[in-house]
Amino acid sequence: MTRLLGKLGLAAAACLLWANSAAADTTVKWLHIEANPAQVKIWEEVARAYEASHPGTKIEMQFLENEAYKAKLPTILQSKDRPNIIYSWAGGVLKTQIEAGVLDDITDQVKGYSDSLTPAALAAFTANGRVYGLPTALSQVGFLCNKELMAKAKVDPAGIKSWDDLLAAVKTLKAAGVTPIVVGGADKWPLHFYWTHLAVRVGGKPAFDAALRGENGGFAGETFQKSGELFKQLVDLQPFQNGFLGFKNPQAVGYFGDGKAAMTLAISTVYHLQRALAADKVGLSEDKICWFDFPVVAGGKGAPTDTLGGITGWLITKGSPKEAVDFLKYFVSRDVQTRLAAGNFIIPVVQGADAGLNNAFMKLIAANLAKSNYHQNFYDQSLGPSVGRVVNDVTAEIAGGSMSPQDAAKAIEAAWKQGN
Amino acid sequence: MARRAASVSAMDVAGELPQVAERGPSWDGRLTVLILFLPPALLLFTLFVVLPIGEAAWYSAFNWNGFGRPTNWIGFDNYRFVLETRAFWLALRNNGLIIAVSLAIQLPLALTLALMLAERFRGAVALRMLFFMPYILAEIATGLIFSFVYDGDYGLVASIWRSFGAEPPHLLASTDTAMLAVLIVVVWKYFGFHMMLFIAALQGLDKSLIEAARIDGATRSQALRHVVIPLLYPTIRLSVFFAIVGSLQLFDLVMPLTRGGPADSSNTLVSFLYNNGISRMRVGYGSAIGVILFTICVTFAFTYKRWFMRDE
Repeated sequence: MTRLLGKLGLAAAACLLWANSAAADTTVKWLHIEANPAQVKIWEEVARAYEASHPGTKIEMQFLENEAYKAKLPTILQSKDRPNIIYSWAGGVLKTQIEAGVLDDITDQVKGYSDSLTPAALAAFTANGRVYGLPTALSQVGFLCNKELMAKAKVDPAGIKSWDDLLAAVKTLKAAGVTPIVVGGADKWPLHFYWTHLAVRVGGKPAFDAALRGENGGFAGETFQKSGELFKQLVDLQPFQNGFLGFKNPQAVGYFGDGKAAMTLAISTVYHLQRALAADKVGLSEDKICWFDFPVVAGGKGAPTDTLGGITGWLITKGSPKEAVDFLKYFVSRDVQTRLAAGNFIIPVVQGADAGLNNAFMKLIAANLAKSNYHQNFYDQSLGPSVGRVVNDVTAEIAGGSMSPQDAAKAIEAAWKQGN
Repeated sequence: MARRAASVSAMDVAGELPQVAERGPSWDGRLTVLILFLPPALLLFTLFVVLPIGEAAWYSAFNWNGFGRPTNWIGFDNYRFVLETRAFWLALRNNGLIIAVSLAIQLPLALTLALMLAERFRGAVALRMLFFMPYILAEIATGLIFSFVYDGDYGLVASIWRSFGAEPPHLLASTDTAMLAVLIVVVWKYFGFHMMLFIAALQGLDKSLIEAARIDGATRSQALRHVVIPLLYPTIRLSVFFAIVGSLQLFDLVMPLTRGGPADSSNTLVSFLYNNGISRMRVGYGSAIGVILFTICVTFAFTYKRWFMRDE
């Protein structure tokens, strides 16, 4: 018993000491989901460098896996011990968080500094003129292709400009005995790239905005039905690898890296990711990979320069110390962004940091994004979790042949109405 | 939550301590014991079982995404939405399938093996361990292992198929076969557990009853049918109870194998809850699914105890 009391006394003393030191020190808790150790290493270095130049501030990094993070986030944000800086894909989830009042409004703290950011990227983290977070990277969805396999079937990737060209290429590849496209159907979201990018091409920004307002039949309207029908045209050619509905995304990326399929519709980061996930850990070297933008649709209202992709960044949670914003500004600064760009980890959002890009492919994507007047965030993020998951579900169902494009569009509209 | 309920029931099922025949303590003594020992247990039970269930029932009446406090009261609408979802009925059907397979294949298989391995012969213990091994494996690990076994390009199933010169199937990627593949893993994983239950019961049997039957001229199979199996009834009833409650709660095997897909064809009620409640931040809707599942489990547990386990 006396021992126990002794221990309690020690604990109490420790608490007092800790409280004293905490008064002197500020700890900024930074929660991330980055699984690439090479990138995390640079982040660690940046955090340590910040600590060195700002005595009294500690940056504590915490990691959660992507799916676990999404599932736990509402609980995390409402705990007393919440992290100060959290990861975000912007879009509907961000809107929900702002409405719930779990984030800090950082507009005044980033005044002046925010002019250095790409306007479109900053806009994704702005609501009603107030800034709630800082963007950190952009990405574009498009077709990565395997030069050797394309050549084997005598398909010229540069010639794939329209949806019909793509369908013809798929037929030619199949006839040559090459698997045309690999996709991670079990995760569903890699399939939703097709349907949503088609919607970007068919209707452009006006159609999406009208659907959000519930006009022209909302998501059950003509644009989205047509996108489903065009997607079905592709599905009917059976372009995907055998058992595609059982493949998880990392498996599918590895399959492309192993050189087993001619094309994959993917986020631009897959260009580098395929190496890490290939069976031999080498994957396809840069001279073996080609890229072409998502084809245009005959009669579509979208501009060929319109892009689909991600806008990711960081948010500051309610009641965080001012050091959290200060560190975030340091992290999304020209120097750090240039460094990350040079490592080919990101397409930067700070103006001038793209000077760090030293790789032809990354430069191409950066140029595409700079040209784009309408960069559509991933639907499954942009529409919020409840509707976004339905989009993923129904595209997987169209791909599996268990749902018609019309029913798919109606299901999304129904979810949208139920959720709003 | 339901797992806890199951373990509580299992405690009851295992029977109460035999009443020691002596002059019991006075009523006062008993009251003192009650006052001393009941509050902690009651407090814990309320805190960790009753309150969460009540909370789930409360949340299920709201359209709520988990942020802030629930304010958007919609009454029983969530329940209506659940019942209108095709995937819910698929999940319910799948749970029914798991129960059917558990009862029709897993338990007879376990009983047969137990009857063989309860005898003492060389290697019996090794074989018992071998069959019990799958049960020791973590569910997540089992799911991952089998997703490799079923892989249509590199898996064991694919190589067996190729040796017959056929194009290997992707069992987990087709709505027709995904659930079947899950069912095979369920049987593989849990039959050893039931086998061990039966072996334990067999070893505790009174051998003289079987000997008496044999002396009276019963053949081996007659003795088995009329003496051994009836003596095993309490264990069989317990085993069935575990199998059904376990089937209703199946989740961690399904996620690594199929995530409930393709097109919801292999969801169980719990994976349906996870996919539609948690990952979509529809806490109200998810709670409604949880309440439905809880109701099914509790109704089953009480009915089963009342009808089949009255004597224990």
